[in-house]
Amino acid sequence: MGDSPYAPHTPTETREMLDAIGVDSQEDLFDIPDQVRFDGQFDIGARSERGVRAEFETTLGRNTDIVELLGRGHYDHYVPSIVDHLADRQEFLTSYTQYQPEVAQGFLQALFEYQSMLVELTGLPVANCSLYDAATALGEAATLATRVRDASGSRVLVPAQMQAGKRRVLENYASGTDLTVEPYPMDDGAVDTATLAEIADEEVLLVYAESPTVRGVVEESLPTVAGVAAGNDALFCLGSDPVALAVLEEPAALGADIVIGDAASLGLGAAGGMGLGLFATRESFLRQVPGRLVGAGEDESGRRAYTLTLQTREQHIRRERATSNICTNQAWVALRAAIHAATLGPDGLVELATDCVTRTGAVAERVDDVPGVEAPVHDRHHFREFAARTDEPARAVAADLADHGFAVHALDDDHLQVCVTETSADAVDEFVDALEVVA
Amino acid sequence: MSDDEPGNGGAPGADGYDQARYTDGDRYEPLLSEKRSREVDVETPLPDAVTRDSLELPALSEPELSRHYTRLSQMNYGVESGPFPLGSCTMKYNPSFTEDIAGLPDAAIHPDRDPETMQGTLAVLAQLSDYLAQIGGMDGVTLQPPAGAAGEYTGTMITRAYHEENGEDRSEVLVPDSAHGTNFASAALAGFDVVELPSGDDGRVDIDALEGALGDDTALLMLTNPNTLGLFERDIVDIARMVHEAGGLLYYDGANLNALLGRARPGDMGFDIMHYNVHKTFATPHGGGGPGAGPVGVVEKLEPFLPAPRVRAVDGEGEPAYELFEPEQTIGKVHGFLGNWQVLVKAGAYIARLGDEGLADAGAKAVLNANYLAEQLDYEVPFGPFHHEFVASAGEQDAADVAKRMLDYGVHPPTTKWPETVEEALMTEPTEGENRRTLDQLAAAFNAVAGEDETTVASAPRRTAARRIDQVDAARHPRLSWHALDE
Repeated sequence: MGDSPYAPHTPTETREMLDAIGVDSQEDLFDIPDQVRFDGQFDIGARSERGVRAEFETTLGRNTDIVELLGRGHYDHYVPSIVDHLADRQEFLTSYTQYQPEVAQGFLQALFEYQSMLVELTGLPVANCSLYDAATALGEAATLATRVRDASGSRVLVPAQMQAGKRRVLENYASGTDLTVEPYPMDDGAVDTATLAEIADEEVLLVYAESPTVRGVVEESLPTVAGVAAGNDALFCLGSDPVALAVLEEPAALGADIVIGDAASLGLGAAGGMGLGLFATRESFLRQVPGRLVGAGEDESGRRAYTLTLQTREQHIRRERATSNICTNQAWVALRAAIHAATLGPDGLVELATDCVTRTGAVAERVDDVPGVEAPVHDRHHFREFAARTDEPARAVAADLADHGFAVHALDDDHLQVCVTETSADAVDEFVDALEVVA
Repeated sequence: MSDDEPGNGGAPGADGYDQARYTDGDRYEPLLSEKRSREVDVETPLPDAVTRDSLELPALSEPELSRHYTRLSQMNYGVESGPFPLGSCTMKYNPSFTEDIAGLPDAAIHPDRDPETMQGTLAVLAQLSDYLAQIGGMDGVTLQPPAGAAGEYTGTMITRAYHEENGEDRSEVLVPDSAHGTNFASAALAGFDVVELPSGDDGRVDIDALEGALGDDTALLMLTNPNTLGLFERDIVDIARMVHEAGGLLYYDGANLNALLGRARPGDMGFDIMHYNVHKTFATPHGGGGPGAGPVGVVEKLEPFLPAPRVRAVDGEGEPAYELFEPEQTIGKVHGFLGNWQVLVKAGAYIARLGDEGLADAGAKAVLNANYLAEQLDYEVPFGPFHHEFVASAGEQDAADVAKRMLDYGVHPPTTKWPETVEEALMTEPTEGENRRTLDQLAAAFNAVAGEDETTVASAPRRTAARRIDQVDAARHPRLSWHALDE
């Protein structure tokens, strides 16, 4: 032990290299004042590869073996094996941002294809090749709105029911650009359009709505929401996800100016919340888009080639006047999502999305049959997940369900939320049995 | 749905693509949409008003897709392809075993679990936080920022909250002219005015210029150390004193931390906030642009401002238990959930593998390699002594052309034309992963190009999957999807 296992130098080689440089020791290469020198004692003991693996297996093994019926922005869909095997090819995995496109055509084309599939799903002509997650994508949507002529004002209106993390991230982005974030009420799990129209005025910059909502409700009044935004010189930003968009009406047709979401519902599965920020918008906002864009062009021989484009928007050129500070993004997750979508194809993706409607409806009915439980709480169509009301205190019911091996969200004292995908569908019978015992 | 339609994929030849083709090197691969797409009707139990009529996407079999992406990977240069001395990016070797650890079934969890049922995940996060605090000489660490720039943004938001808490209105963030572009953009995103500091003649912070810029408006000075020229800021202790006396905070951009591993810590130099680029220093793969992770460390007085939630150990007997908590004056959140969890697992595994001595050796070998490589070059290296990276000058040649020509020699070129403090900059960071022989080959490529005439250099590259791409035209006529290609 002692040397880095990933530095190939033999002692002789090190000696010869030092000689070539003309110094006696490696320490002579460091121009660090004694005052701030550190003795190197972090108290981190080196382990063998097998040792590290065993340690992590043991540590991670402390995660309880539990069936996750959890959603609210992070979804576990089955990821075909081919996704792992192709995305893990080292040339993809260990490459970086395509500053030299002539030796990065493969990744650039894959990202171009990813952008293209999002264009198909959203109906909007511009999709970037990733932000961090849905929450930061929403923050970027708000800052974009401050830079375009089509909108004015400083109020950002968001649904009262919204994933808390997303709201808090948005509030941070908003505070740096002097925006305020205000909730509008929901009516039975969907936008209360009458109240929204009432509270909206010319000071509104951006109206944000979701379909499916954080509670899985398929929103049916989006054209009205878009109309409220347009009527007040505000932009309409829709939050959605690529699986739902396979069956839902194209956001562009509904009047969305920007679509954000987490596209990691394809390609990643349960990943501790790691995401893939989806960001698509209108052609007229092209030069205000945050993040990287891949464009098609031609090389010197006239053959089609791909390159990062419109880079003058970005921080490495525009610095404090850039459209965003983002540099490192989620490109590899975008590659995974693209491979997953391509593996499913249009039939497979539509089938997956349709199952998210039919299965969820069926599970809600079964939950509703359990004495002391009402589901779904909202008399709406649902996608993947739904809220349920319990006679018993909901948090206690959730805790008891955990003891039976099921994790669900407890929304407040009276409500649970249940999410079912194909990865948890086989456990529904046992879940309903457990619910009958504890509720 | 319908049977397979032949589409473009059915007929090899002039109009279609030939799945068996492998005669044109790996220079070209048709788009998925050019191979075979299918439009399917959408019918669901949902009302028609919210349902789309149809969806058109590529429709290929798994064997076809496997070849498609394999060919694309062959048209891509990664760390395994050869030396990748992209300055300030630390393209070091990414050990494969960390992928397997991040892929363990027990790591695949939903972040909204009850903390009691995700003790393993919290333990991994707590251990990595401790490692990073030790390595940076910091008191508290958040793992939430999903990239370096997100870490900078977190740091500037903490700065704002700290000054507001003290009842101070400080509007300016100072950034040296040689800094990463993200520093400027992150400070602006947090609502600060950015003041650029000119570098001194020695390539380091100009103390007089700093003195002149510091004042009642100063909220923060952001520094990279060693800086982007690879130079250690020798006056760092004085700089820290000056900034603190002016009432400001000092931020460490961790992009170049690899150079200092085990030999110096930002906390000991007087830095109050820092971010770590785990995809650089701690060898998590760059993934063609990400995901990375940009954890942020702070000194004790700033811990209450860290993003929520944080992880901590609960006092008790037996195996340590962990809980999530909300810091008292938290800035809120910078990621919807816990950050780039899988990347964090890989970083933790890498640090555990290397330990104290391995980390220090990684830093030493990175510095050795940069110095050895620079010694072999015909190009001038104007500043020194440098550490893990150096900036050579292409002199009369165009640095961007030099980079293209280096591709013909089978190596990845350095970062070019930046920092602007060096004329026609070739910013070069070989990392510790290269052996002497590879460094000699890399030097030979640099030197061969240095001796070539302008016509040869300007017409490169010739041996790559694509020849030189017309960037200006691509930007002037943006075609950003396959839909746009049809127009």
